[in-house]
Amino acid sequence: MSVVFEKPKALCDVDTHYCPGCTHGIVHRLVAEAIDELGVEGRTVGIASVGCSVMSYNYFECDMIQAPHGRAPAVATGVKRAHPDNVVFTYQGDGDLAAIGTAETVHSATRGENITVIFINNAIYGMTGGQMAPTTLPGQVTQTTPYGRDVSYSGNPIRVCEMLSTLDGVALAQRVAVDSVPHIKEARKAIVKAFKNQIDKKGFSIVEVLSTCPTNWGLSPVEAMQWLRDNMIPYYPLGVYKDIGGKQ
Amino acid sequence: MEKLTINREKCKGCGLCVSVCPKKILRLSEDGFNAKGYRAVEVTDIEKCISCAMCATICPDVVIRVERAER
Amino acid sequence: MSKRVLMKGNEALAEAAIQAGCIHFFGYPITPQTEVAAYMSKRLPKIGGVYLQAESELAASNMLLGAAASGIRAMTSSSSPGISLKTEAISYMAGSDVPALIVNVQRGGPGLGGIQPSQADYFQATRALGHGDFQVLVFAPATVQEIMDLVYLAFDRAEEYRVPAMILADGMLGQMMEPVVIEKPQTSPHEKPWAASGHQNKRRHNIINSLYLQAEELENRVIERYKRYEIIKEKEQRAEEYLMEDAEIAVVAYGATSRIVKAAVKEAREQGVKAGCIRPITLWPYPTDTIAKYVNQVKCFLSVEMSMGQMVEDVRLAVNGAVPVEFYGRTGGVIPEPGEVLAKIMELGR
Repeated sequence: MSVVFEKPKALCDVDTHYCPGCTHGIVHRLVAEAIDELGVEGRTVGIASVGCSVMSYNYFECDMIQAPHGRAPAVATGVKRAHPDNVVFTYQGDGDLAAIGTAETVHSATRGENITVIFINNAIYGMTGGQMAPTTLPGQVTQTTPYGRDVSYSGNPIRVCEMLSTLDGVALAQRVAVDSVPHIKEARKAIVKAFKNQIDKKGFSIVEVLSTCPTNWGLSPVEAMQWLRDNMIPYYPLGVYKDIGGKQ
Repeated sequence: MEKLTINREKCKGCGLCVSVCPKKILRLSEDGFNAKGYRAVEVTDIEKCISCAMCATICPDVVIRVERAER
Repeated sequence: MSKRVLMKGNEALAEAAIQAGCIHFFGYPITPQTEVAAYMSKRLPKIGGVYLQAESELAASNMLLGAAASGIRAMTSSSSPGISLKTEAISYMAGSDVPALIVNVQRGGPGLGGIQPSQADYFQATRALGHGDFQVLVFAPATVQEIMDLVYLAFDRAEEYRVPAMILADGMLGQMMEPVVIEKPQTSPHEKPWAASGHQNKRRHNIINSLYLQAEELENRVIERYKRYEIIKEKEQRAEEYLMEDAEIAVVAYGATSRIVKAAVKEAREQGVKAGCIRPITLWPYPTDTIAKYVNQVKCFLSVEMSMGQMVEDVRLAVNGAVPVEFYGRTGGVIPEPGEVLAKIMELGR
């Protein structure tokens, strides 16, 4: 018998606090697989953000630092500037990255900070119980948009990859999803590339992962995957928004 | 050796694996809960398993280990 | 090797940090501390270090958090309004036991306030550098030379106790030029086995974190930290006593204000009033023991500050009602004249 699939080494052998069907677990595993594939666990430092993924510091075998809300790219910048040989990644949700941490995101990107950003976009604030996120879709009902997000009142969602792709410091801006096995395989490739770019000193790489929040969306895990496909992908099209490829 | 090793106690019963299995050989347990209180995933007919690992790929909790018989 | 040079306070501060092995600086421009950043931006890239101008004080202090959590000596500096923004990361650093140096070259407040010297951030530095139960070491230099000496001490003690440290200066000290002797620090950076800079497959992962969802666990963490604070209070109180041997009036002042007070004290003695000066060098831990030593000797204390009266509360706590504690201060960037302080001393001496 040969092993087709098993837990990556860089993922801790612990139970996570995530709700049943929450796709954070899938993305954690993909990040750990990338770390394993590139053989960099010993020199990797992960930056946990605030939100549901705050406790990700307990789930990766590499060294971890928990950052204040939105500041993960700044904390990552500090680590990377102090230790350029470290592989530094942030793992942030949409509230963290695209609301409170917008300045840190945009400026670390435009500086071309040589870090890897894993951005979980599930269109909602999960940890606090399902409030409107910067990426909540028009019309989407949340605890704080009980009549659906009215963009003339609450403003429009942010398309992060499109926005960041205009900045010179960005090496890779790619949007993927984890709603299906083929998409998960695409996501894995993108995450590996985002880490590889850092090792090759190409600059700032961000992978936006369209994800689900079954609990706060009020759907079963399987229904949530369908909702992602039907509603999120049309508004947030998958694809590579910027990739400098072999260019330095 | 079984092709699928299911860590029943880690399972949260989300059913994502069940939804993607091409051979329809996974189901959530109908007679009992694991220690966490979830209906854990179980295999109905391991003989039909093709070791495609789609179940493991979509599982958020690394519940399933997949092996394939050597040719 | 030591050399004597003429330097601005802000420049001496930057040079001292470099001498102490701090070659990573994260900043954001603000008057009146900008010379620190300018000096660092000139020097650090030449010696293998990093000067990074952040997008905000929030980002700068969180870059500091990252760099310090990865185990290196690093610092940031700012002035009052900027320090308010830095308090977020300072609280996190305190809560995750990360040592780092933060400099506040104080200016007048509240709000945007002014750009003239002030000591109105005393409460912030000693009571409220962010949310939660914690303290940071606060050092208050009074000369350009002392800025250098205290930068060395601040880095060393921050690492020894794993707490953030602050140099609380003011616009007057930052801008003033004085001769300084640049000497190598006596101590070298401490070992940091807790740092998050990659485990190199030699140990389990290190986690730098301030989140504890179990109330009892968080309480235990805080209690452990407060035990360290008790050791700090016992061992790290520092104060200078000036003409206190026979003093009947103890004037308490720190930083630049103490220089004005000393002149006034000297003049008061010439006019027949036995005044002395106690100059706290550490504001946290507050030199309570030095103050308390004199409660049976002096007839009153006078706290002189460039604020509406903040440190005076610590003087009162140390005196504990034994004798009256008076206050004299100017604020908003107004520097008290020695004559004003003298008049207050003479009034109390009558």
